[in-house]
Amino acid sequence: MSNSKILANGVDVYYGSKQALFGISMDIKEKEVTALIGPSGCGKSTFLRCINRMNDLIEICKVSGSIKVDNEEIISEKTDVVSLRSKIGMVFQKPNPFPKSIFDNVAYGPTIHGLVDSKNELEEIVHSSLKKAGLFDEVKDRLNEPGTSLSGGQQQRLCIARAIAVNPEIILMDEPCSALDPIATAIIEELIDELRLNYTIIIVTHSMQQAARVSQKTCFFHLGELIETGETNKIFTNPDNTKTQDYITGRFG
Amino acid sequence: MNNSIAKEKIVSLRKKRSLEDMRFKYYGFTAMCLSLAVLVFLLYTIFSKGYTAFQKTIVLLEVDYNQEVLKLTPDSSDEDMEKGKFFRVKKQALENFFPDLSKSDIKLVKKLFSINVDKEIKDYFLDNPEVINTKQQIWVTAHSDVDQLLKGNSRRDVPEDRRKLNDIQLSYVDQLVEENRVKQVFNNFFFTKADSRHPEIAGVAGSFMGSLFTLFTVFILSFPIAIGASVYLEEFAPKNRITELIEVNISNLAAVPSIVFGLLGLGVLLNVFGLPRSTPLVGGSVLALMTLPTIIIACRASLKAVPPSIKEGALAVGATKTQAVFHHVVPLALPGTLTGTIIGLAQALGETAPLIMIGMIAFIPNIPTGLTEPSAALPVQIYLWVESAERGFQEKSAAAIMVILIFLFMMNAIAVFLRNRFERKW
Repeated sequence: MSNSKILANGVDVYYGSKQALFGISMDIKEKEVTALIGPSGCGKSTFLRCINRMNDLIEICKVSGSIKVDNEEIISEKTDVVSLRSKIGMVFQKPNPFPKSIFDNVAYGPTIHGLVDSKNELEEIVHSSLKKAGLFDEVKDRLNEPGTSLSGGQQQRLCIARAIAVNPEIILMDEPCSALDPIATAIIEELIDELRLNYTIIIVTHSMQQAARVSQKTCFFHLGELIETGETNKIFTNPDNTKTQDYITGRFG
Repeated sequence: MNNSIAKEKIVSLRKKRSLEDMRFKYYGFTAMCLSLAVLVFLLYTIFSKGYTAFQKTIVLLEVDYNQEVLKLTPDSSDEDMEKGKFFRVKKQALENFFPDLSKSDIKLVKKLFSINVDKEIKDYFLDNPEVINTKQQIWVTAHSDVDQLLKGNSRRDVPEDRRKLNDIQLSYVDQLVEENRVKQVFNNFFFTKADSRHPEIAGVAGSFMGSLFTLFTVFILSFPIAIGASVYLEEFAPKNRITELIEVNISNLAAVPSIVFGLLGLGVLLNVFGLPRSTPLVGGSVLALMTLPTIIIACRASLKAVPPSIKEGALAVGATKTQAVFHHVVPLALPGTLTGTIIGLAQALGETAPLIMIGMIAFIPNIPTGLTEPSAALPVQIYLWVESAERGFQEKSAAAIMVILIFLFMMNAIAVFLRNRFERKW
């Protein structure tokens, strides 16, 4: 239990009067990839967005229960959301680079957090982040071109580099490959495998194969409830719950 | 059997439907042609009435810069020259304008010239002091009555007592034309002078500058306030009854008749705060109030059009709300806001009623140089000239309308340019 990074306990989420999540409890280990799977509208993205408090943006959304990151409660009025989000990076479903240069996209985070003192340092962070995201070789000659000029897969890796640049411990990925072609998807999956060595990763995905390929742990959500959680191998070969069995064999969802 | 009847029905229905299509196309085309025709007619009327205002009539006058008459010597200092008796030179020139003029004839001759001739004779001399004791042929501005007659705007076949120029004066003008002592040139006065009681030396420079100062005030006051208000409403304000009420009322405010804002300016800015009457400062403040809702609505629309994913991306790397909004959302909304602002300014430029209320309708014969100087504005100037009885002002008002239309056209062109240049695609 010592290396548990995120500990969720009885998380309920309401959108207005509609309850979206029912008492989710989960234990996410450090430096592992955890995949959240389940049919559309089952609440897996909602849960993901609780972890970095992105749900705050939705006014009617109410979160209760407890989520502890490194033993610190984050579902609380007192939580410093800004420092929480600098610790927990996020990659969205649709690549959303800022309409600025590639360099500025990555440099934005370190700049606002004051992580760098000089231009050289900033350049170093940008370069190393792009390298970690496996994008550097493709864009090193055109760092001043707009980020939006890249292809979809490159844009998504740029967003990963942007998230890495502020030196987070956890990276949340909300269906990062759903807007990408198979080749770009394969590149991102490989990247996730590498990033696992340094970061705790939680990925929401609709692709069973992807979950099986990249994750060590898998959690199956259905209608706002966490049905089953366990080793990816076990979930995909020998799930305990029949609903899980039905979903992964394609009988519904 | 049944089948073929059904088919026939379908075919006839299809014919009917395509006919309907044709009809609608035809209606639309007619409507477009109609509006185009009205526009062309409008522009044609303005242009055909106004283009003559860009020309003025000048008359060749022989002036004798005699040092006795001027009471100057070739060695006089510049200051003394300013005080030379130029009116005596002019009087002499007019007396000798035609040979053998009687006293009453001279009076008639005098009315052929603009009041500005004194100044022109003086300026010519001050520019060329070496002409002292020589006779010079100089072109001076003719009176508006002569100008209008030669442009064909006033008729000579009406009875003498209903004409500005009597028969003798007409014969003088004819003689001038015959001797080539009169011609028409580009009317620089129209662009360099302010309003005047004399049509031949009235120009739009004063009201143009007044409009410019007014628009400047409008921009300075309304742009920052509008941006602040819309960013707050769109990004920070809680969505509740009060903000909803404010939103509805901003839209209502955009529909308030402009004269109401004029009354507000009169009642509050002039009477309570005692700001100077007839000035671009007050006019601009009133028009800024009128323009604010327009800009706010445009700014909010462009803030809304920025994809939320951009803001989310910024928040996800740990930007505060203010940083996310001002680093990412506002810059992206700026082109749309600027376009809306220019449209709002264009609206303010054409506004007349509120300016009349705060006294910008006063007769201002000089060009304003600051925000707190009394001045006119282009639309009010047009209004003043249209109302004038003098025939010379008719073409002036049409020409001023052209100026304001070109001004508006240019502002809209800038808006389109900004939109195309800075709008980003996602």
